[in-house]
Amino acid sequence: MSPTVLQIAYLLSAVLFIVGLKMLSSARTATRGNAIAALGMGVAIVTTLIGQGVLGWEYIVGGVILGSAIGAFAALRVQMTSMPEMVALLNGSGGVASALVAGAELLSYASRGESPAGMVATAIVLSTLIGGVTLTGSVIAFLKLAEKMPGQPITYPGQQFVNAIIGLGVVALCVMVATSPLELTPFWVLVGIALLLGVLLVIPIGGADMPVVISLLNSYSGLAACATGFVLDNTGLVIGGSLVGASGLILTKIMCDAMNRSLGNVLFGAFGAAPEGGAAAGAGEQGTVKGYTPEDAAVIFSNASSCIIVPGYGMAVAQAQHAVRELADLLEEKGITCRFAIHPVAGRMPGHMNVLLAEADVPYDKLIEMDEINPEFPQTDVALVLGANDVVNPSARSDESSPIYGMPILDVDRAQHVFVIKRSMNPGFAGVQNPLFFNENTMMVFGDAKGVVLKLVSAVREY
Amino acid sequence: MLSDPAVALTVLVLSLFVGIEVISKVPPLLHTPLMSGSNAISGITIVGALIAVTSDSPLVSTWFGFAAVVFATINVVGGFLVTNRMLAMFKPKQAQGGDK
Repeated sequence: MSPTVLQIAYLLSAVLFIVGLKMLSSARTATRGNAIAALGMGVAIVTTLIGQGVLGWEYIVGGVILGSAIGAFAALRVQMTSMPEMVALLNGSGGVASALVAGAELLSYASRGESPAGMVATAIVLSTLIGGVTLTGSVIAFLKLAEKMPGQPITYPGQQFVNAIIGLGVVALCVMVATSPLELTPFWVLVGIALLLGVLLVIPIGGADMPVVISLLNSYSGLAACATGFVLDNTGLVIGGSLVGASGLILTKIMCDAMNRSLGNVLFGAFGAAPEGGAAAGAGEQGTVKGYTPEDAAVIFSNASSCIIVPGYGMAVAQAQHAVRELADLLEEKGITCRFAIHPVAGRMPGHMNVLLAEADVPYDKLIEMDEINPEFPQTDVALVLGANDVVNPSARSDESSPIYGMPILDVDRAQHVFVIKRSMNPGFAGVQNPLFFNENTMMVFGDAKGVVLKLVSAVREY
Repeated sequence: MLSDPAVALTVLVLSLFVGIEVISKVPPLLHTPLMSGSNAISGITIVGALIAVTSDSPLVSTWFGFAAVVFATINVVGGFLVTNRMLAMFKPKQAQGGDK
């Protein structure tokens, strides 16, 4: 193939990516969109193989078979509740692949004794750095999500200072490698530091801030691919990588906005490290909470005509989505309209709750976004809060001293009755007490989300 | 083609804008599949991996290339498959058999 034909084929694959992503804007066309994007990938791969000739086939066939087997096995076996972990690992493998390509290119320049052009050397540095950070950052995010490592922020005195020193060191190393790329020692040091930096940047971030971290790592994996495109003078990589980079950045921004926090605060604020002194001290003065039984709740449902269910991370932990669907179906059968209110940061990754409820066969027209459903709470008989806490905390609206003040929340407290199903009175990750629990129209039902919902189902059925 | 920095920068900036325009229209309902799907697209680095493994290079870079092929393929195959699996679960009301 002539270089022009190759370029046109890469352009075709980029167009297919864009069309595929565009079709993700509606649930009706999304499955086809994904297939079209996959086709774009096929075009890019075939083009590359034809363009490259027949060198190294044994490595290619072996690598593709091995990678496909691992990828397919993971994709088909993973539980929907573990989707954040899966995406974290996929981010990591994309990032490390880009870094490895950049490293391979640098080593082959070095073996030829030929110095890469300035832009190529810079791209090699960026790809190695971003790819390395993405790899170890994703592994730490995975360990936190899978609870193989404590979800609380890990902090130590002088952490910011240490990170700043390492940051300066990274900049210096990058300049060294980019200006004299054939000196390999600084390059290997850079690899080591990039890997270390990924760990250090993610350990101080709390479990509930993971939606931001995953989005950001998603963006990094794209930017690493983009940088690799500059290394190899390949437009397919530049376009594909920057699409993903943009996508991750947008999701990052949406997640930060939904928590009313800046990206800097999420990354370096160690939010949730320790309960905030003032808020925690005030907690005891708010009075006591009365626990109710699922049977008490069933009585309220017998007089209700509308219900909004607010799921949170607790639903995912308890794997309660199928039980919740059963409850929603039963309520509808009894003539109670039932919908779901989805907060953008509910769960551990963007859209986490939607995927779980879709898995349980809840039709997606019942999954309503925050801005759309908030005006409906005052006309709603029952709001059922299921393992959510900070996203329904009215202090965010009214209490200027609260650490979560200003965060957009679901206005469940404005419903006629509020049921809160919760394991215990422990405050949410923000370490902030929730006045909702002490309201007169709030009934707390303590227990595991799944167990309580199942009891609720049988109580409502009998009533 | 990209060896001209101006051309390279043009491609980069324009595709970032296209990305922002297209992705902003994806509803929160589909944010998880968007993330895994776009993740699969970042596996485009497989193109780089294939080039790295085929280029006439020393053994250590070939092994780097081989590892890159494995990781990028995991990213591509795993990403597209898991996205497809998730999207297949999103159904509107009328499409549900057992809905009463």
